[in-house]
Amino acid sequence: MTTGGTHTGAQLIWECLLREGISTVFGYPGGAILPAYDAMVGYDIRHVLVRHEQSAAHMADGYARASGRVGVVVATSGPGATNLVTGLATAMMDSTPMVAITGQVGSGVLGTDAFQEVDITGITLPVTKHNYLVTRAADIVPVLREAFAVAKSGRPGPVLVDITKDAQQGRADLDWEAAEPIRHLRHLPPPLDPEALARALELIRHAKRPIILAGHGIQMSGARAEVLTLAERADIPFALTLLGLGAVPATHPLSLGMMGMHGEAWVNKAIQEADLLLAFGMRFDDRVTGKLKEYAPHAKKIHIDIDASELGKNVPVDVAIAGDLLTVLRALLPDIPVADRSKWLKQIRGWRGDSAVRDIKNLPDDGHLYAAHVMHDLWRLTGGNAVVVTDVGQHQMWEAQYYHHDAERSLITSGGAGTMGFALPAAIGAKLARPEAEVWVVAGDGGFQMTFAELMTAVQEGVKVNIAIINNGFLGMVRQWQALFYEGRYAATPILSPDFVKLAGAFGIHGQRVDTRADLASAVAAARTAEGTALIEFRVEQEDSVYPMVPAGAALHEMIRRPATHASAIAETGSDPV
Amino acid sequence: MPHVLVVYTDDEPGVLTRVASLFRRRGFNIHSLTVGPTERPRQSRMTIVVDAEEATVRLAVEHLKKQVSVLEVQQLGDRPKVVRDLALIRVAAGLEVRSEVLQLAQVFRANVVDIAGDSLAIECTGGPDKIDALVDALRPFGILELGRTGAVAMARGPRASPEVPRRAPAPAPSNQAMSV
Repeated sequence: MTTGGTHTGAQLIWECLLREGISTVFGYPGGAILPAYDAMVGYDIRHVLVRHEQSAAHMADGYARASGRVGVVVATSGPGATNLVTGLATAMMDSTPMVAITGQVGSGVLGTDAFQEVDITGITLPVTKHNYLVTRAADIVPVLREAFAVAKSGRPGPVLVDITKDAQQGRADLDWEAAEPIRHLRHLPPPLDPEALARALELIRHAKRPIILAGHGIQMSGARAEVLTLAERADIPFALTLLGLGAVPATHPLSLGMMGMHGEAWVNKAIQEADLLLAFGMRFDDRVTGKLKEYAPHAKKIHIDIDASELGKNVPVDVAIAGDLLTVLRALLPDIPVADRSKWLKQIRGWRGDSAVRDIKNLPDDGHLYAAHVMHDLWRLTGGNAVVVTDVGQHQMWEAQYYHHDAERSLITSGGAGTMGFALPAAIGAKLARPEAEVWVVAGDGGFQMTFAELMTAVQEGVKVNIAIINNGFLGMVRQWQALFYEGRYAATPILSPDFVKLAGAFGIHGQRVDTRADLASAVAAARTAEGTALIEFRVEQEDSVYPMVPAGAALHEMIRRPATHASAIAETGSDPV
Repeated sequence: MPHVLVVYTDDEPGVLTRVASLFRRRGFNIHSLTVGPTERPRQSRMTIVVDAEEATVRLAVEHLKKQVSVLEVQQLGDRPKVVRDLALIRVAAGLEVRSEVLQLAQVFRANVVDIAGDSLAIECTGGPDKIDALVDALRPFGILELGRTGAVAMARGPRASPEVPRRAPAPAPSNQAMSV
């Protein structure tokens, strides 16, 4: 086995990656993966050296989400591999196609607690679509080919391939064709059921107050045009999940905006009043539904998703269709009748006006800097054309509310897992996937401090991302929950930050601080034109909260609305929010 | 209510862990799980008895089908089926009650497979109800050791679903064209 093959196992890894169309990988070397790194220098592969393996996984994730291609991360055995776990779980929850390659101790000492040995296939079993332990060079090509196929097919997700050191050092022939994967084709969605399609059409025809719930699956299926055609022809408004933002344009006349816990009041009200929900590529997450028993009580539900195990999981549905959204919509569209639902749309507009007067964005500048203003201005100043990568917390929700995403793959955020520290590394990955895009990191002072070592990665790799740190001196979302539900006991939520401008200086990047809205535009302009990565620290109102809010476990219509006057002596205005 | 699933998987390391882990983390309650070789080479066959509502079982089936190593899932449901369990029971059987115990075994068409000084080991095959009944009948004598295999099941009538080829008739997947 160790002699006679055309390639070493290590070479076979890179041969596979090149054939899979991979040109960039994110990783960190170490003992058990050293043969692979040694072989890498012979191949036309860009390796991005990270400062922590978790960030490598987030970079691969951001790379994949920005481009639709598979992200690849490489790490060594033991702690290198365990550091990937959070990144894999993040990718799993949000269905990102990713392949993680880890080195493993030699097969002869597997199971002996050898130095840097960890059972990473055991550890990552619940947070990967599938994983493999490879102990022979001859298995590397078939396993990697299957890993890519599994990562991309059906509902995408991360796959981990753990390769022992002796498998990397051994030799085998490169037989690409013989290694063609087939197992991922075992459970393709069943052929479309004409009866289910007919029932769906019947429900759509008779609906007076329908809403499309637009999810992440629209982008992954490439069904944007079909969703818009259906919405326009049948005059059906759409509400979006957090990961659905950008799947269909925010500025479309039929767009309502984000639904759920921090969705606008009119959106949630419309869902609660609807008589038909058309759920497209979304999974009725608890942040979207609120209390299940009282969710959309008057609505029939049509659920289309490629993952049959999501159908009926949280919400009982009237028509469940397991399949690729694009395929299903193409089957439905010819029979979708033209309709006029202006009465329903007018009703929703009425609710919208009521919310708009409370909207902080419409309030005059009172000298305080509000995160909502930062997001709104950032949206205007970038023409809405940036790829925004957010972290997790209040700023994430403000971004979702005030940065209006028209383009697909223009918002990258950790939705299902809610992983703090995601934004900076994911943004570096996104920028490497789409060098022509203007990439903005929007992160809180808490999350940014989790992974800011990757600033040096950006510098070393010559990657330009623009960073907006929304600094309120608190772990803001947790503080908000403490204020609302824990009688204001701020346990462990006040957080200090370094001097971010000096920090930027230490990394050799442009840094600036903004305390007032008046200084915002010039700072953003300076960051955009700065060579290389640039950082702006926005010192915002410390105890601001994200509204509206549906408390966890409450029904969607039981929202905590925005206070009628936000701060002292602020006049209400009635201008229309976009 | 118990539901019987028959699952064909590739015979490879870790499959049992994958299935068990899936059931554990999704909160599906496994009543019994047996696994063994099948009519096909390099494949294993599991019989899983799940304690759950119909809707939950449907989700369990869909989750199983997402596993790369799973080839086929049959939900036997209400269909006519054969369900068999094997039990080895060591029961206290001194001379004064031995004939009584042997008689009971005969009624249940169970075999005595070992005789020790004060005890008998009885082997019994049958549906879970039959085994339960035998165990109940023997309990007054004193059960010293009891081992059961858990259910192995098969639908009655023709093969439950068409043969699934190990190599699926595949449209060649393009490596560049993304399905995402």
